[in-house]
Amino acid sequence: MANESLAVEEKSFYEEGTSKRTGLLGWLTSTDHKRIGLLYLIAITVFFLVGATIGLLMRLELISPGETIMAAQTYNALFTLHGVIMIFLFIIPGLPAIFGNFFLPIQIGAKDVAFPRLNLLSWYIYIIGAALALISLVLPGGPIDTGWTFYIPYSVRSTTNVSLAIFSAFVLGFSSILTGINFITTVHRMRAPGMGWFKMPLFVWSTYSTAWIQVIATPVIAITIILVILERTFGVGIFDPALGGDPLLFQHLFWIYSHPAVYIMILPAMGVVSEIIPTFARRTIFGYKAIAFSSLAIAFVGYLVWAHHMFTSGISDTARAIFSFLTFIVALPSGVKVFNWVATMYKGSIDPKPPFLWVMSFIFLFSIGGLTGLVVGALALDVHLHDTYFVVAHFHYVMFGGTGTIFIAALYYWFPKMFGKTYNIKIANWGVALFFISFNMLYFPKFILGYMGQPRRYYDYLPEFTSLQVISTVGSWILYATLLLVFGNLVYSLFKGKKSTGNPWGGVTLEWHTSSPPPLENFHEIPKVTHEPYDFSQLKEMKHES
Amino acid sequence: MSHNEHAIANEQHVHRDDTGAKMGMWLFLFTELLLFGGMFLIYAVYRFQFSDQFRVAALELNTSLGTLNTIILLTSSLTVALAITAIQKKNKFFAIINLVLTLFFALLFMVIKYFEWGSKFEHGIYPGSEELLNKQNGEVLFFGLYYVMTGLHGLHIIIGMALLFWILILVMKDKITHDNFVKMENSGLYWHLVDLIWIFLFPLFYLIH
Amino acid sequence: MHNNDSKKEHHVTGYGTYLLVWVALIGLTSITVTVAGIDFGMVALAIALLIAAIKSSLVINIFMHIKSDEPIFKVFLGVSLFTLIVIFVLTAFDVINR
Repeated sequence: MANESLAVEEKSFYEEGTSKRTGLLGWLTSTDHKRIGLLYLIAITVFFLVGATIGLLMRLELISPGETIMAAQTYNALFTLHGVIMIFLFIIPGLPAIFGNFFLPIQIGAKDVAFPRLNLLSWYIYIIGAALALISLVLPGGPIDTGWTFYIPYSVRSTTNVSLAIFSAFVLGFSSILTGINFITTVHRMRAPGMGWFKMPLFVWSTYSTAWIQVIATPVIAITIILVILERTFGVGIFDPALGGDPLLFQHLFWIYSHPAVYIMILPAMGVVSEIIPTFARRTIFGYKAIAFSSLAIAFVGYLVWAHHMFTSGISDTARAIFSFLTFIVALPSGVKVFNWVATMYKGSIDPKPPFLWVMSFIFLFSIGGLTGLVVGALALDVHLHDTYFVVAHFHYVMFGGTGTIFIAALYYWFPKMFGKTYNIKIANWGVALFFISFNMLYFPKFILGYMGQPRRYYDYLPEFTSLQVISTVGSWILYATLLLVFGNLVYSLFKGKKSTGNPWGGVTLEWHTSSPPPLENFHEIPKVTHEPYDFSQLKEMKHES
Repeated sequence: MSHNEHAIANEQHVHRDDTGAKMGMWLFLFTELLLFGGMFLIYAVYRFQFSDQFRVAALELNTSLGTLNTIILLTSSLTVALAITAIQKKNKFFAIINLVLTLFFALLFMVIKYFEWGSKFEHGIYPGSEELLNKQNGEVLFFGLYYVMTGLHGLHIIIGMALLFWILILVMKDKITHDNFVKMENSGLYWHLVDLIWIFLFPLFYLIH
Repeated sequence: MHNNDSKKEHHVTGYGTYLLVWVALIGLTSITVTVAGIDFGMVALAIALLIAAIKSSLVINIFMHIKSDEPIFKVFLGVSLFTLIVIFVLTAFDVINR
């Protein structure tokens, strides 16, 4: 195992690349999974901040009824863009591509992923997809205004640059598929000696489950997108009702991918939570196998529920009843996870460092998001709440309060490992607190507004909704400032932070056995795994090593 | 680390795992399966909704050409499988012959497809044409699916041909040998998948009476 | 790592087996074409699909070696096919009852 005193003399992956090329070129041609993870980190964080800025502008428009700072068509383009950027460029690739890339091979004791060159290629495909999305904004015809769901028939009729924008989603999907193929093969073929399936850290389990969804679900949206493009370009009759097509079939295909995609977004986040809680509670995870299998269960059940997005669009009553019932089943494996996390903390020796606080914030926000999911999953209630702010609030509690929060938690947890630096704990704590308050200020009023009947995606609203809209907008200002503080703290520490020790939190999974930052092939010698993943009795041995 | 040691480290970095490579290929094939699966789902729904009109539309298709193409594609699947066995048995010559035959059959398939599409175009049946738009909705959808599904299948044939051509060159250059042929096996898998898709396309489009 | 099994002896399928499968495939094709000429009504589609399924299982098992390859590939194939079936069945609940 890695030895701290030795590690000082060894070069980290920053100093030694996979080729002789150095500098920027050495990074852009590197097949090292850690460098590729960081390339993703930079790109994805930039898009996250762009998406957040667009969200800020939308909230500003909504501070008063009627036109405030932009015209209706601009607002339509902005909410579409916000959705496309946040979904396809940030939240789907976010955790798997950054942290999966960086930590999945290390956590199973591998030198790299199974197909390192394919890994680099998928980053380039991601960048090309992102570039196409940006180009579609400036070309004549104007930015896409269909909403990120591209529903037929409007997406066939709209004169904006729909084809190019959805083609960019196709390209991004391809990148996602390649990452998935890479991770599945890596987990099957590259585990270190002794690393049995039930010795794998839970982040690996959840990323593995996610990879399966990426491989099996993404092709469905790919073909749907191709068909819409062909329909727009050549007038082929597929979905367009004017040619006898069935627009509901488009919605089916769209959600056959896009609902499982929700689990692409949340599963890796759940994996990160399962890493952070044992480390800061100094206790082995409660119900390891239950959590591991619930990841697979979520990946599977996630396929059975897609039509709950279509309760009011005219599908048959039989289908509505069946899908509503199946939707409730998803709550089971998610519940299994939440209860096991809480049970892990019970009687633990809790050290409330910033990553742990982010996770606490996650559990609270995600529980609200998950439980309101049952509200909209219930057929009768959904008929009232469908396409209102209630859904928007539910969605942001799950996605931003869930995955977004954990994106930050994972950064704060693994930052010392990735960069070998420490950050300011006090500012980090302030970040969590302000985030939690402003998040609820921004999104909770939307539950009420939605219940009162405010439809989503509207640029205007009734005057009596003004006070809640104003609270929400003010919340968006604080939240945006908090995000700048949260990321600013890390960027500052990157340059000015103190050098971190190898294992600042006292973690025991394999990434904490190597130096910070890790060397080129992750370990100085291939680790032999003898312990359970969260066996904290090995901490003593690890201290002896250093 | 000196440059020399560095190079050695890199050699080890790229380790060879044929089973892993094949696993990656199979996973990729599943994405293709789901891609075409999405289209078959659309086909199933429309055939259910417009079964009579589908029958009328299918009469326009040339069953003999479809059958001929099916036999050609099945035979090309045989030759590519034979080529792999030949390589395993160190029979380079037989492998090359079979690969060339596969490419020939693939080309033949595309030529027949070209004439088939061409005759449809001559009769004015193509997406967006006046002739087609005057037909019933079910027929418009049938031909929409026909062009998209056989077209996408044809695109896969072209990609497969490019792959097999690359394999042919590697075999000739002795880069693919009896103990290192996973690239050839993977390209073969891809080719068989293209065949599999056609096995379903054929009865669903050409054999409705 | 599991490097050692890349050196494992590969299963070699003989030329004869492939030829037999090819003959079967051509035979099934002629059956399906002939049967399509007879009016079986609603059963015709089922017969056509059954024959296509037999043909593809021959291709997958023999030509694509899934029968003699790593067992895990069969599991993978099962997962993908099962997903596909689930998607078809659940969509049918809507379309048929609409």
